[in-house]
Amino acid sequence: MDGSLALEIPQIFPEIALSVFGIAILLLDTFLPKSKRHAATGIALAAIALTAVFTLGLVGEDGTFFSGMIVVDGFSIFLRITFLVVGALTVLASSSYATRENLAVGEFQALVLFAIVGMNLMAASNELIMIFLGLETLSIASYILLGIKRSDAKSNEAALKYFLLGSFSSAFMLYGIALAYGATRTTNLEAIGREIAAGSAGMTLIYVAVGLLFVGFGFKVAVVPFHVWTPDVYEGAPTPISAFMSVGPKAAGFAVLVRVLMVAFPAAYAKWLGLVWLSAVLTMFVGNCVALVQSNIKRMLAYSSIAHAGYILVAVATRNQEGVAALLFYTLTYALMNIGAFTIVSLVSRQGDRKTYLDDYAGLGFKQPGLAAALSIFLLSLAGIPLTAGFAGKFFIFRAALESKFVWLAIIGVLNSAISVYYYLRVIVVMYMKEAPDDWSPVAMSSSAIAVIALSVLGILQFGIFPDMLISLARSSVIGYR
Amino acid sequence: MPHSILTLITFLPAGGAALLLFWPRTGASAIRNIAMGVSLLTLLLSLPLFPAFDTSNPGMQFEQSAAWIPSLGIRYHVGIDGISLFLVLLTTVLTPVAILSSWKSIQTKVREYHLFMLLLETGMIGVFVALDFFLFYVFWEVMLVPMYFLIGVWGGQRRIYAAVKFFLYTMVGSVLMLLAIIALYLLNGATTFDFPAILESLHQGNLILSPGQQHWLFLAFFFAFAIKVPLFPLHTWLPDAHVEAPTAGSVVLAGVLLKMGTYGIVRFCLPLFPEATREFTPFISLLAVVGIIYGALVAMVQTDIKKLVAYSSVSHLGFVVLGIFALNEQGLHGAMYQMLNHGISTGALFLLVGMLYDRRHTRLIDEFGGLADPLPVFSAIFMIVALSSIGLPMLNGFVGEFLILLGAFDADRTYAVIAASGVILSAVYMLWVYQRVVFGQVTNPRNRRLLDLDFREKLVLLPLVVLIFWMGIYSESFLRKMDGSVSQVLQHFRSSAVVMKH
Repeated sequence: MDGSLALEIPQIFPEIALSVFGIAILLLDTFLPKSKRHAATGIALAAIALTAVFTLGLVGEDGTFFSGMIVVDGFSIFLRITFLVVGALTVLASSSYATRENLAVGEFQALVLFAIVGMNLMAASNELIMIFLGLETLSIASYILLGIKRSDAKSNEAALKYFLLGSFSSAFMLYGIALAYGATRTTNLEAIGREIAAGSAGMTLIYVAVGLLFVGFGFKVAVVPFHVWTPDVYEGAPTPISAFMSVGPKAAGFAVLVRVLMVAFPAAYAKWLGLVWLSAVLTMFVGNCVALVQSNIKRMLAYSSIAHAGYILVAVATRNQEGVAALLFYTLTYALMNIGAFTIVSLVSRQGDRKTYLDDYAGLGFKQPGLAAALSIFLLSLAGIPLTAGFAGKFFIFRAALESKFVWLAIIGVLNSAISVYYYLRVIVVMYMKEAPDDWSPVAMSSSAIAVIALSVLGILQFGIFPDMLISLARSSVIGYR
Repeated sequence: MPHSILTLITFLPAGGAALLLFWPRTGASAIRNIAMGVSLLTLLLSLPLFPAFDTSNPGMQFEQSAAWIPSLGIRYHVGIDGISLFLVLLTTVLTPVAILSSWKSIQTKVREYHLFMLLLETGMIGVFVALDFFLFYVFWEVMLVPMYFLIGVWGGQRRIYAAVKFFLYTMVGSVLMLLAIIALYLLNGATTFDFPAILESLHQGNLILSPGQQHWLFLAFFFAFAIKVPLFPLHTWLPDAHVEAPTAGSVVLAGVLLKMGTYGIVRFCLPLFPEATREFTPFISLLAVVGIIYGALVAMVQTDIKKLVAYSSVSHLGFVVLGIFALNEQGLHGAMYQMLNHGISTGALFLLVGMLYDRRHTRLIDEFGGLADPLPVFSAIFMIVALSSIGLPMLNGFVGEFLILLGAFDADRTYAVIAASGVILSAVYMLWVYQRVVFGQVTNPRNRRLLDLDFREKLVLLPLVVLIFWMGIYSESFLRKMDGSVSQVLQHFRSSAVVMKH
């Protein structure tokens, strides 16, 4: 066993590379003169590129490693790539933001890398304790990132709120893990599944454990009724981090939730299905309906991200391969549109994140047509208009839902999607149908922000018009998934 | 004819839009010329479809099919039959007319305006040629976006309200249709979204829909189409959208967009869900008749000419729906014909109202009177169009209404009689508004010096006036092309109804 452990190290090369580069950035930040510290962005991007190479090298692997703690399969590889895409876009979007807001670029980028390590570990965990470790790595990095604007009261509030509620939810999760361990004498997901199937576990304990785990993850992915922290945190956070929080940890949380429920607790999950169903419905309704009345665009996008968690929960509720594939497709494409939208919000908000209200977008459509057109594409994609990736993703999810006979869930889902059109259109209305104020000041662009926006637009159109490749990839990633 | 002709016609306007996207926004007249040129070229390409269309073949022609998203069984499949042929032509005729009509009235954001006009044309043609359900849905939805911008940016006072209402109404209807489409695909073995293929397996008995499934699927499809038509009582978005849209937008909205609803009913609801169609026919016919009378009565009391024309659309489209649900040859022929007539006559009415508005910046009937004197050409054309809308023999409207009433009489006498009184009502509001606007002395001194139609405006109206006479006198040349496909729809409808009974 000991001899083979070294041979298994390549399976976690991606996480090792990210950690090493993250530490290197922190060290360089200390020793380099201030004028050269922006090099951190380049290093972080290089780290992500190298990690992507390592990750792609794992394609085709299928098995568990490190005494069953790490699982490398299509599902985890797809997710690791998703997190790297999220990370790369966040790093790019953050670099100009950090410069504008006079934040320490190095710390910023290093923390993003550490957050990716946490998400990657979550996706590759086959073990409740490993999941918890990954989650904590992610969480600690996010607590700091949220509060990185130390002199900004809102940023502090966001960090504190997320920290308190995050710790709270971690406690729920740990309690769930402890009960599951108590009932089955193991924390390995497959072993738990076997114990339960063999009938040697106390089912009452298992039911409670699954409920507690759902509550814990529910906080992390912000599904109703565990969503209340989201708008305040997204509003106060540095905008690129709002973007990151709305896609990265959310995708990771859902991925783990699906794996835990489907591998370890399929029987208990069936018992809880009614609650998952209800939570999905509530999440969609609350997210969409409250988003209707928001005048701050960051808060609107926060509620929109709650609504999208609802759609993803529909995919979780289907409990089949098609649903899991839809989840993979959705989280990746959702990341593109949400990061794109938040990046533009961050640019429009100008220095100090002041202009985040809907009225601040008046006349943007004809003052800066390229920027407004890109934001329109992101919003139409979030609304699920055809030829965008957002539509392809919803189509995939509702197809899976109907296939699993969740007709009402699908009906409620599409009606919600129609409701959501209203608030996404509101932004477009303001941009194109209201006149710009007289004291209009142009939105300053930066090359890194342009890169994020261009890549996101390209991705959304590519996966919206020709989604075939990504759908096939998502499907083949979940083959063998129980 | 190349086999990709429909693809070319569909995407040529989008190509023009892409060109405009990179054109400098300062060259307004060049932009107008490009948009006009592209839409004329599209028209030129589409015209040969008419003679080349094989009357003896009731099925799809000029078909093209290619893999698009194989992992979900989605193909790019286009084709036209006698039902969609004329709707495609209607679209390609009305778009250049609409663009020419806004030559002077659109002076702001000229580039974006024409870009959206051309995108809209692609969307509209796409809806009529798409034979894959997914492709159809994509065009159906995507077309909303340019129309939304046209109303919202270049519209009147309450344009934002109207634009959002238009978008949301259509959206709510169409998302349910999307689910019905997916459900149909899953019931058929989750292999294809191809409409002819699904229809085929329905006829072969490979796909059997239970009465309950038919019931709900029909409703989901019909709801989407009924909003678009719009069928009473789902019509409330229409007066707002029509009144607030710029003239060209109203022309396209009334001329083509409303037809998408009735087209969808004929294309999908009847052949796919015959039993459910029978089940709902009495109810839908009732709504259609109510719409005919209600639309006419509301039109009668309007003080704004544009609103009057908008409500007259509710009445006219009620006729079309009544004709479709007569479920016989005459009714369906009449409905198809009336769809074209309404597109041309109402399109022309909106153009005329727009020309008045350009001159006086008001559309209130009270502001006008005695226009025959300063505007003789305008008044003459208005007369022709008004009479065509009423359904005077020798003009296009007569043929459609007559066939519809014939069919409706066969199906249900009571409804036919009530609908026939709708024809009288339409004469009342149309002639009354004509009298108040055109006849008598010039009551408002500001109308005395108005200039009559200029060359461009005559050019805008000319093709429509020609069509009004042509379709009124030589209706046979149009009806013959529709004949085969209309019979086939009814045949499918009847044969599957028989299969269901056994």
